[in-house]
Amino acid sequence: MPTVGVKRDLLFKALGRTYTDEEFDELCFEFGLELDEITSEKEIISREQGDSKASGASDIILYKIDVPANRYDLLCLEGLVRGLQVFKNKLEAPRYRRVSPVNGEPQKLIITKETAAVRPFAVAAVLRNITFTQERYDSFIELQEKLHQNICRKRSLVAIGTHDLDTISGPFTYTAKAPGDICFRPLNQTKEYTATQLMSLYKTDSHLRHYLHIIEDKPVYPVIYDSNGIVLSMPPIINGDHSKITLKTKNVFIECTATDVTKAKIVLDMMVTMFSEYCSQPFTVEEAEVVYPDGKTCVYPTLAVSVQHCFVLCPPDSESTEKIAQLLTRMCLRSRATGVGDEIEVEIPPTRSDVIHACDIMEDAAVAYGFNNITRTTPRTYTVAHQFPLNKLTELLRQDLAAAGFTEALNFALCSQEDIADKLGKKISETKAAHISNPKTAEFQVARTTLLPGLLKTIAANRKMPLPLKLFEISDVVLQDETKDVGARNSRRFCAVYYNKSPGFEVIHGLLDRTMQLLDVKSARGEGYHIQAADDPTFFPGRCAEIFVQGKSVGRLGVLHPDVINRFELTMPCSALEMDVEPFL
Amino acid sequence: MADTGVVEALLRRVEKVDDGVDSLEVATSLELDHQVIVGAVKSLQAVGDVISAELRSSKHWELTDEGREIAEHGSHEARVFGSIPVEGLPQSELMKLSFGKIGFSKAMSNKWIRLDKAHEGGPRIFRTVESIEDQVREKLLLLQKGNASQLEEKEKNELKKRKLLSEVTVKTYWIMKGNSFSTTVTKQETELTAEMITNGSWKEKKFKPYNFEAMGVAPDCGHLHPLMKVRTQFRQIFLEMGFTEMPTNNFIESSFWNFDSLFQPQQHPARDQHDTFFLSDPALAHDFPQDYLERVKKVHSEGGFGSQGYKYDWKIEEAKKNILRTHTTAVSARMLYKLAQQKFTPVKYFSIDRVFRNETLDATHLAEFHQIEGVVADYGLTLGDLMGVLHQFFTKLGITKLRFKPAYNPYTEPSMEVFSYHEGLKKWVEVGNSGIFRPEMLLPMGLPEDVSVIAWGLSLERPTMIKYGINNIRELVGHKVNLQMVYDKCGWTDFTFRM
Repeated sequence: MPTVGVKRDLLFKALGRTYTDEEFDELCFEFGLELDEITSEKEIISREQGDSKASGASDIILYKIDVPANRYDLLCLEGLVRGLQVFKNKLEAPRYRRVSPVNGEPQKLIITKETAAVRPFAVAAVLRNITFTQERYDSFIELQEKLHQNICRKRSLVAIGTHDLDTISGPFTYTAKAPGDICFRPLNQTKEYTATQLMSLYKTDSHLRHYLHIIEDKPVYPVIYDSNGIVLSMPPIINGDHSKITLKTKNVFIECTATDVTKAKIVLDMMVTMFSEYCSQPFTVEEAEVVYPDGKTCVYPTLAVSVQHCFVLCPPDSESTEKIAQLLTRMCLRSRATGVGDEIEVEIPPTRSDVIHACDIMEDAAVAYGFNNITRTTPRTYTVAHQFPLNKLTELLRQDLAAAGFTEALNFALCSQEDIADKLGKKISETKAAHISNPKTAEFQVARTTLLPGLLKTIAANRKMPLPLKLFEISDVVLQDETKDVGARNSRRFCAVYYNKSPGFEVIHGLLDRTMQLLDVKSARGEGYHIQAADDPTFFPGRCAEIFVQGKSVGRLGVLHPDVINRFELTMPCSALEMDVEPFL
Repeated sequence: MADTGVVEALLRRVEKVDDGVDSLEVATSLELDHQVIVGAVKSLQAVGDVISAELRSSKHWELTDEGREIAEHGSHEARVFGSIPVEGLPQSELMKLSFGKIGFSKAMSNKWIRLDKAHEGGPRIFRTVESIEDQVREKLLLLQKGNASQLEEKEKNELKKRKLLSEVTVKTYWIMKGNSFSTTVTKQETELTAEMITNGSWKEKKFKPYNFEAMGVAPDCGHLHPLMKVRTQFRQIFLEMGFTEMPTNNFIESSFWNFDSLFQPQQHPARDQHDTFFLSDPALAHDFPQDYLERVKKVHSEGGFGSQGYKYDWKIEEAKKNILRTHTTAVSARMLYKLAQQKFTPVKYFSIDRVFRNETLDATHLAEFHQIEGVVADYGLTLGDLMGVLHQFFTKLGITKLRFKPAYNPYTEPSMEVFSYHEGLKKWVEVGNSGIFRPEMLLPMGLPEDVSVIAWGLSLERPTMIKYGINNIRELVGHKVNLQMVYDKCGWTDFTFRM
């Protein structure tokens, strides 16, 4: 969930009133936001870098507000204020308009076919006669950063470039070139670099190095030139210094390059709807033309208003259609009842890209109505409950194993290869283990194929407890299985260990007998159960037996091999039992 | 029971005095160690009101080891005097004796002996008096017999300075007759025995009272794990509410069922390497229901079922990737798909099982945890129904104050976070997540259009940690758990979470 930091006093000024922290928290809750933290720049620096670094920092109060991940229109002060003001009926939701330039032709961005190999899409627009202040400028930069981190998926899907239009001249060309052939002075640098040099320069940049991988391995890098060959930007890495925005900038050229054109359109709409507020004609955006390699021309920004006719499916507490239309209007979704049954006509503004279905509209009606004002009802769904048989058996067994004096352990389903193989004297290739491709540490290399290592590790962590230690676990292991759609299946196991000064095979054997008694299996070769000597490197030679039920092997028990005991950092003899539970269903 | 003879001797002493007697005095007079008398006093106290004994502490002089040696063999100076024959002794000979050095100087200052340095054959020592009186020894003997009062303070302090005497605090009993005083005591039995029951002798015997202040012996029993006990409770709640348990015994899931079927787009951050465990072997899933897969693909990439979709290039390669399931909702999706393949009947499902996240670990986050999930599918279910069911569910946990916050979740709309009022923290805390499954998830499965599905989820660990007052999740789950905690955290009385 993205977090937006806004200066409290600026926020209250824009909202036209002040709130106590509690009141504002309450408002956020109602609207689906979360006032996550109340802090200041000074506090943040002091927390992250120590008090000494913080001494000069501002102590203006900041609100850190958590915003739902699909509400890109709330990622800056401007959007937050607009949303809340409309919600509180203090403002009518603006209508955003795309306009043609007053004089001359629209700005043009021509895409060449070379971009297809790296980043094929681009969209653009112009904010005309905008007035920046320091706060507006900061918010403008911050919104780009927030969009980059969220919908743009760290610039991989979309990258935004904003330019002082008065320093450059169109038409602009979006092309792709070999890194050695691109040369310009990047933002905040004093000299020119080739793209190759830039990539190595930014290797150590704490911010930009995260984006290098997006184009690093490509034969050509994306680049945007103006008609005089000035580089606007090398997306998605860096803009040129020449066209950078300052507080004095009056006209802004915004380009978004992308691998996902839908997202590029949304991002451009967000930038222009949020900041067109500061244009001399508020909420108007000057169009730009994008010419695709096939000659097709598109005009941006889209600023599409879709009109949805929807029926009130689950009316909160049978409110009238008119009332629901009013509720929706408070959520920036201008609506009216059409008079045809329960139909409502809803205008979905370009800021609300999250609305893709009637259910999204109905949610907004419920939010405006107040979730907590809705009457709680009980569905009349009549059903009879069934337990999952395997879990039912597991529950019954667990109770009786505890009654038999064994204590239940609960271990992780993930572990290291070593735990399930080397330490037990087995080869990993024999385990049928499912392997994880991206473990952060060795603890998450494989899904366990046996419960035994977990129990032995539990004993190792509890060596100071009085002996004997008698532990059990009934849980799932994971085994590769080609007959399953995912190529693996869970297997429910029962494992028990006895750890004491003497091996206590008879104790574990007794537990097996008790378990079989509980499962209603008689001690008999053939139709009952029996155990017979087996070889297993996990166990001490001659001290291991295989458990057979109706002639089928279901597990093993025995005295652990001293090497196994040592590898789990234990010092006493130990006997163990592990068997499948599923055959007893 | 202390020796009967001692007890009776003690009682006879007490009988003779009306205002009581000191236990140390009794010990001296009976020539017994004081501790033996103390034992007798304690055993009499246990019998009842035979005697009354008041604990007193008094200062008391006691000989040191050296003091006791002197009391037995005489002072060093006296021994020096005694070892010198009439014809004298060479000084070097005297110094060889253990008491020689100290005794020599003391005997010299007492003027009992003299040293002839000029004697031929080396310095020689002679007696100067006929006989001596060993006062030091006599004083010590007096003290040893307990007659300290016959000595003056000054004398005692001098002996103390010579480290022959030390002052110790002695705890003694002042013993008087009790209300049921008698000079004979019946021997008390500690326990009833089989023999007593057989021969009826228990009728004549007195039994030593139990100390009911002491703890009993812990039973030699096994224990269920606290988290699993809470799981049992949640299962019970769902079963009481008529919910059927889903088969969640499949930790490995395809991205298709874990994400795509839930209308979670392929670029969603949850599908990132940083958030989800992917599998290298078996890396890919196969055998998807082909028609359904096509519908899922369409609703993501083009929309449909009243939705605009996400409008991106949906790739089967991404859907095939095997992962460790990030939520049990993957199983709910499989169950709802299965349900949609039959004539629709309303269902209520639940599950409690493990899920996996490749996240940063901290005191409250592990790479795996248990998710509790409830799902109801029926015609025309509303948000009010969801809140009503949640209210009933949480009431069974003892949580009655609930409120709901609008939230975002890719596969539910509306989505609501569930908050409960925490009486301790005096604030609302999040206890779960809930919502109505999106039509883009349900309709491609083939469920009827007028069926809605409400669902909620929460973690099993969090309420358990709150219930048992555990702050670090590693103390609850995994091999580092302290078994003592498993033995101790077993309170059942009331399944009310103090949220």
